[in-house]
Amino acid sequence: MNILYFLVGCSVLMALVFLGAFVWAYKTGQNDDTHTPGIRMLFDDEIADEKSEEDHFSS
Amino acid sequence: MEDQHKTITKAICYHCGEDLPKVKYQIEDKDFCCAGCLGVFKILSENNLCNYYAYNNNPGQQLKGESHLEYLDEPKIIAQLLDYKHENSSIITFYIPAIHCSSCIWLLEHLYKINPAIFSSRIDFLKKQVTISFNHDEISLRKLVETLDQIGYEPLISLQDVVKEHSNSIDKALVLKIAVAGFCMGNVMLFSFPEYFGLSGLEKQFQSMFGWLNLAFSIPAAFYCGKDYFTSALTSIKHKHINLDTPLALIIAVLFLRTVFEVVFSIGPGFADTLTGLVFLLLMGKWLKQRTYHHISFDRDYRSYFPIAVTTLQNGREKPVSINEINVGDRLWIRNSELVPADSILMKGDAWMDMSFVTGESEPMHKVLGEIIYAGGRQTGEAIELEVIKPVSQSYLTGLWNNEHYKNNSEKQNFNDSVAKYFSLSVFLIAFSATAYWLFQHDSHRAWSSFTAVIIVACPCVLALSTPFTLSAILSVFDKKGFYVKNTDAVEELAKCNTIIFDKTGTLTSSENAEIRFSGVLNKEESIIVASLMRNSVHPLSRHILKALNVDQFYSLTDYKEVVGKGLTAKIDNHHIYAGHLSMLPIGIQTDSETGVHIVIDRSYKGYFEIKQQWRLGLTQLVLKLQKFSLQVLSGDTDKDFWILKSIFSNSTKIRFRQSPHQKLSSVIELQHAGNRVMMLGDGLNDAGALKQSDFGIAITDNINNFTPGCDAILKGNSLNYLPNFIQLSKDGLKIIKISFAIAIAYNCIGIYYAVQGTLYPLVAAVLMPISTITIISFTTLATRWFARKNKLI
Repeated sequence: MNILYFLVGCSVLMALVFLGAFVWAYKTGQNDDTHTPGIRMLFDDEIADEKSEEDHFSS
Repeated sequence: MEDQHKTITKAICYHCGEDLPKVKYQIEDKDFCCAGCLGVFKILSENNLCNYYAYNNNPGQQLKGESHLEYLDEPKIIAQLLDYKHENSSIITFYIPAIHCSSCIWLLEHLYKINPAIFSSRIDFLKKQVTISFNHDEISLRKLVETLDQIGYEPLISLQDVVKEHSNSIDKALVLKIAVAGFCMGNVMLFSFPEYFGLSGLEKQFQSMFGWLNLAFSIPAAFYCGKDYFTSALTSIKHKHINLDTPLALIIAVLFLRTVFEVVFSIGPGFADTLTGLVFLLLMGKWLKQRTYHHISFDRDYRSYFPIAVTTLQNGREKPVSINEINVGDRLWIRNSELVPADSILMKGDAWMDMSFVTGESEPMHKVLGEIIYAGGRQTGEAIELEVIKPVSQSYLTGLWNNEHYKNNSEKQNFNDSVAKYFSLSVFLIAFSATAYWLFQHDSHRAWSSFTAVIIVACPCVLALSTPFTLSAILSVFDKKGFYVKNTDAVEELAKCNTIIFDKTGTLTSSENAEIRFSGVLNKEESIIVASLMRNSVHPLSRHILKALNVDQFYSLTDYKEVVGKGLTAKIDNHHIYAGHLSMLPIGIQTDSETGVHIVIDRSYKGYFEIKQQWRLGLTQLVLKLQKFSLQVLSGDTDKDFWILKSIFSNSTKIRFRQSPHQKLSSVIELQHAGNRVMMLGDGLNDAGALKQSDFGIAITDNINNFTPGCDAILKGNSLNYLPNFIQLSKDGLKIIKISFAIAIAYNCIGIYYAVQGTLYPLVAAVLMPISTITIISFTTLATRWFARKNKLI
């Protein structure tokens, strides 16, 4: 049962790491704007310029 | 279906979605309503940015005409505006009111395609802000703003930008505290489970370890997360009155001390679970209370209405100067549609001041040389020269904000604070009498445990939670109906109002649905002549008239001349045509209306166009529903609408005209001194003082992005009719809070019954608190929804 001492220590440490990760993410402003990225990801990529298209056909 | 779609797209402008005039601009197979929209389309198609039109139909906005940006070349002003500057790159954040859809995001984040000197741009959609980083060696700030202007996204650069406020920092600290409290609570719960289920002999060895771990987690919960409660309690005790934070701080302290005591002396498991749970829930309630609308600013004042720079004349040369640096005696050069930033005297030129924001007067006023022009007026006409007689901060209008006698916020006491006093007193009374009883029985151990148990169990946690939960639920109901209230405290103020004051222009009338009316007769030929003339002007009035005339052909004209702010003149096939103000016309005219756009063709007077302000719909029913309140109308305008108002309002309603901003403010103060709680509805700067002074100030607007003065709530014009329902729901909200308080008392009585006997086991406390909390939260949420439905708000 003594292994529990080790396991409890591990779990607390893990939890602390997650808390630290949240604090870091929050302080660097990753939660400042939660709306725009959701729209931004829906934009299509630019249509590739015609040159590369031609290369593709010629080969 | 497809045909139908086609006809719809055909009839409106491809860029901005406005109805097309009979004669439209065309390029490729797309139609545009004006040269401006066409211009934007050209720029975008040249830069391969036509995806803009792919994401939404007609995403653009009509251009508003030119603006003077010379001030953006001044290094001092640039330095004030920039967020960051390093070697060759600069970063700046603009507020752009026109941002409204995904196309806007797409276009503004592809600015680098229009000008490669722009490195990148990022949008915050809800705040309508764009942050641009650019190479300031290759593109000047002025050029950057001009680029934005050209594509229809004009940034709003106001004096308030210079005084950037950082109000979000408090919010940030709170979220971190919630995170820490949640972390502590989760772990403490985990380590308390063995205790809840009972420990077998084998597990007993872990008991002290779990105890110490729990104690370790309670330290940050009590002293980092709960710090605010201690400081608030201390200050309130210093001021000799008790607020809700006082008993809360006491409970946190007692819980912590008892946990330390029990763990250190290995007496029991302590109350770490209750402590961390309590702190977490309290902070959640606080967060709900602080949550407000980031996309709407309630604390705007004259600074967001004033530009950041103005043109001055120094030795006969024009020089843009930051408004903060204007001194008495400076000469200002104010062009058409520019704002006078400081009280000054007219030195040169013909001044037609639009004072609608200052006085509420809807017609421009003519000022003669030597007359004083108050700050806030907007010139409509040729450029004028002024001499400043008062600094910006002490002007007539800005003085409204620096007025000393605004209500003191600390005087306002909400329901919670007034109840907290009695609540804490009775808890102390019970706790001390229980202790005294057990001491009398010579059982000091029980005396001590009953004292702490009573204080723990009688936690006003529910009281601290029911208010934010109820009121924030009400806020979100209001939000959906276009009524944006500043914060939860304001809802309580709304419920208490008994007097309502209306402003007239912009509040009871709507500027949005202005109707053009022509008094006189125009035959078809003459309509075409007038329309041909109007087509050449970008003045909003000309556009309105052009739209109203709706002709299908135009004549070409010669000798076209536009006198800014006065009118237009031109020659069409030997016809001389004049349109505009009376002083513009070649002949003297006797007419019943001095205002409006008068038309003269070949020296014969045809009549005049007039914009009729429309009354908002349903005003009579609104007044009928507000019978219980005492109503007043304070208008800055002339008394021309007296009889209309008289027919809408009942006889007991006081209606006053020609009210200056200061008179409006003093009427509010007068009513408040008479013991009334005043709600003020207004729209412009002229109501700003009264809005701020009133107990609940509502700014009415037809467009949420428009300027609104500082207030407690912003109401969309078309939701005005819901006002009685809003007030009723806020009253019901207070009722809900009181009922939930009664429920909390019932729970407390059960807890106290065990607590006074000194037999309260930590497990009971840990179970009782969440149960009562969950009851209260679900009760407030359901009750709010029920009342909202009853008031027809959802």
